[in-house]
Amino acid sequence: MHKADKKRVVVIGGGAAGLEAAGQLARAGCIVTLLEKESETGGHVKNWYHLFPDIRNSDEVLKYLVRQADHGNITVRTGVTAGSLEKNGKSVIVKTSRGERIISDAVVLATGFDLFDSRRKEEYGYDIYHNVISSADLEVMFREGSVKRHDGEIPQRIGFVHCVGSRDSKVNNLYCSKLCCVTAVKQAMEIKKHIENARVYCFYMDMRMGGALYEELYKESQESYGIVYIRGKVSEVSDNIDSRLIVKVEDTLAGRPLRMELDMLVLMAGMEMSESGMRLAESSDLQTAENRFFAPADHHFGSNRSNMDGVFYAGTCTAPMNITDTISHARAVVADVTDYFRNINA
Amino acid sequence: MKSEGKKRIWAEYQKEIADDHYFYVRSCIRQSFFPGSEQFFLHFLGDVLGKDIYENPSHTTCTGIGYHADVVPLSTIMTVIARHYALMKDAGYRHIVISCVTSFGIYTEIFETWKHFPEELEKTREYLYKATGREFDLPESMTHTSDIIYKFRNEIADRAKYRLVNHETGEPLNIVEHIGCHYSKMFPKYGVGGAEFPNVLGGMIEAWGGNVIDYPERRHCCGFGFRQYLVQANRGYSLSNTTKKFSSMKPYKPDLVLTNCPGCTMFMDKWQYTIREMEGTVYGENGESIPVLTYEELAGLVMGYNPWDLGLQYHMVQSEPLLRKLGIEYDPADKFKTKDGRQMPLPQNLINA
Repeated sequence: MHKADKKRVVVIGGGAAGLEAAGQLARAGCIVTLLEKESETGGHVKNWYHLFPDIRNSDEVLKYLVRQADHGNITVRTGVTAGSLEKNGKSVIVKTSRGERIISDAVVLATGFDLFDSRRKEEYGYDIYHNVISSADLEVMFREGSVKRHDGEIPQRIGFVHCVGSRDSKVNNLYCSKLCCVTAVKQAMEIKKHIENARVYCFYMDMRMGGALYEELYKESQESYGIVYIRGKVSEVSDNIDSRLIVKVEDTLAGRPLRMELDMLVLMAGMEMSESGMRLAESSDLQTAENRFFAPADHHFGSNRSNMDGVFYAGTCTAPMNITDTISHARAVVADVTDYFRNINA
Repeated sequence: MKSEGKKRIWAEYQKEIADDHYFYVRSCIRQSFFPGSEQFFLHFLGDVLGKDIYENPSHTTCTGIGYHADVVPLSTIMTVIARHYALMKDAGYRHIVISCVTSFGIYTEIFETWKHFPEELEKTREYLYKATGREFDLPESMTHTSDIIYKFRNEIADRAKYRLVNHETGEPLNIVEHIGCHYSKMFPKYGVGGAEFPNVLGGMIEAWGGNVIDYPERRHCCGFGFRQYLVQANRGYSLSNTTKKFSSMKPYKPDLVLTNCPGCTMFMDKWQYTIREMEGTVYGENGESIPVLTYEELAGLVMGYNPWDLGLQYHMVQSEPLLRKLGIEYDPADKFKTKDGRQMPLPQNLINA
C-alpha cells in the first residue's frame, strides 16, 4: 500500500494506552500522529517505581512503551492538547491547542486518568500536615531511595489509607479504582524493604485483590512482611505537639475505635477521568458514564468504541484499569479501528 | 503544618456575610448564662459601627433543644422557624443573624431541607398560615453572630486597646479556638473556612495578635451533645468528652479557650469546675483552669471594655489570669456590684478567683 493510501489515525494521549495503540496501529499500516499534552510521553508510568504484581521496575515498562512508538509511521508531537473533534464526512478533524486542524480517518482517545486530588478529603489533612503524603508522593520517595519524614527522620510507624477518592459518595466517586488495594500492598512491602523495623498498617474497607497474583502478594505481605490490615475507614487526622500524626479509625472487625500515633500516613489516591478527557467530552459531544469516564458504545462488545463514528477509546479514559489491562485494551482498539476502515471502504 | 494549605481551604469556604440591616435572633443559653455577649454584640454593631440591627420581642426559642431531644417534631420546628422568618418579613429585613450555634444548625438544616424537598416548604407555609395567618420569605443571607464579628475583626483590631499578647513577655497568647459542631459540620459551606479547618474564630485571634493552637482533639465535641447532657445517666459520657479535649490541649499551655457556641462555652467552662472537684485535675498552668470566653467577650476585652461590664464574672472559671497576662486593669471590688453600685451576693467556689 502506498503511503497516500494509508489511513491516518490521530492518537490523543501519550501514556501507556496511547503509546501501545500508536505502535500497534503503525504496525498495522496506519499513519499515526500521537499528540501528548506534556513535554514528554510516558504518562503516569514514568512516575512510578516498581509495579505489581512482580515488583518489576517501571522503567522496563516505560522503555517498552516508548519503543512501541518508535516507528517510521508515527509522528510524536508533545506539548499539544486536543481541543475538540469534529466529523467531516468520513474524516474526523482534530482541533489542537495550537489552532491546527488535523484531518484524520480515525481518532483514538487515550486521555487516561488523573490521580484523585487528596486535598479534597480535607479530614485527612493532605497539604496541611507535612507527613500526610499520597501514594504518588511515596513512589517518588522510592525512586529517590529515601523514605523520610518532613523533619528528616526515618518513619517507624506508617499507615496507608485505602479508597481515598474511591467508593466515596462524598466526593461523588462511587466506583472502585481497582488498583489502590494492590498498590497499598506493594507499597507497604516496599516500605518494609526500605525500613526493616517499620510497623505498617493498612486501613481498608474491603481488600479487592481481583488481579492475577494479587492475592498471593497480599498473603506474602502478611506472612513475610508483617503488614497489619485494619478494616475501617479513617475518620480524621491531626498533628500532636511532637508533630506525630494522630489518626482516628474504627476497627470494624474488633468493633472498637482506634486512636493511633503514626509517623507518616500514605493516602491511596484513586483514579478519576482526566480533565483533558472531560474537556474533549464536553466540546465534542462524547458520551460519558455516571462515573464521568468515557462511556463505551457497548460494555461487552464495544468497550473501545465511542458514540461518534471513527472515534475510539483506549485505556483508562473508559474506566480504572491496571497497566496490563491498559495495554490489552490499547491492542484491542486496533482491531476495532481496522474493522472500521474495512467497513467504510466496503 | 502548612499554613498555605489551610489558606487554600479557607479560600474555598468564604460565605456571603451581609454588611448591614440585620434581623437578630437571640440564643436561649447566651442571654441566660453570659448575657454580656449578646449585649456587646448589639452595642458594637449598633453604637460602634452604626449598623442597622433589629430584634423583635415576639421572637421565641427555636425549640432546637427540644428537637434534638426528640420531643419537638421536625414539622413543628420548621413552622417555628418559618414564624421567625415571618417576623423578619414583617419588619422588612432580609438578612438573618443567629446568635446560637444550635439554632444556626437548625436554620441551615431546615433551609437545606426546603431546598431539596420543596414540598416540605409548601407544607410549612400552610401550617404557619393556618396557625397564625402569617406568611414568610426565605432569607437572602443567613449568618451566625461569629460570622459577623469575623467580618468586622479588622475594625475591632483598629479600635484595639489591648493585643492578644502577654504584656510582660511580648509573646502572643496561645488560644484554643473551639467551633460548635452545628456551626459547619453538617453543612461546611455555611461556615467560614468549612468544617475541617474552620477559620471563623482563628481569623479573629490572628487579627487581634494571638496564636491559634491546633491540637489533636480540636474537632472533638466539647462534651455538650444533647443526648449526653439531657439524659442524666449519660452525663459521665459528656464529662469524658470534655476531659478528652482538655487533656489533648493541655501540652500546648493554652491561655484561653475561645468558642462560638453557647453550649460549648457553658460546658467547657463548667465541666472544668466539675472535673477539678471530682478528681482534682486542672488544665491550665500554675494550678489554674483555662478561661473560656465568647468571641464578643474577647472582642470587648481587646477594645478595652470593663471585664465586669462584659459579664466575665458570670463564668465558672474566672478570667483574672487572662486579664493579668493581657495587662488589663480591673477593680476586684466592682466585680459583683450592680451598675448602680449595690453589692450583690458573692458566689462561692469560683475557679481562678
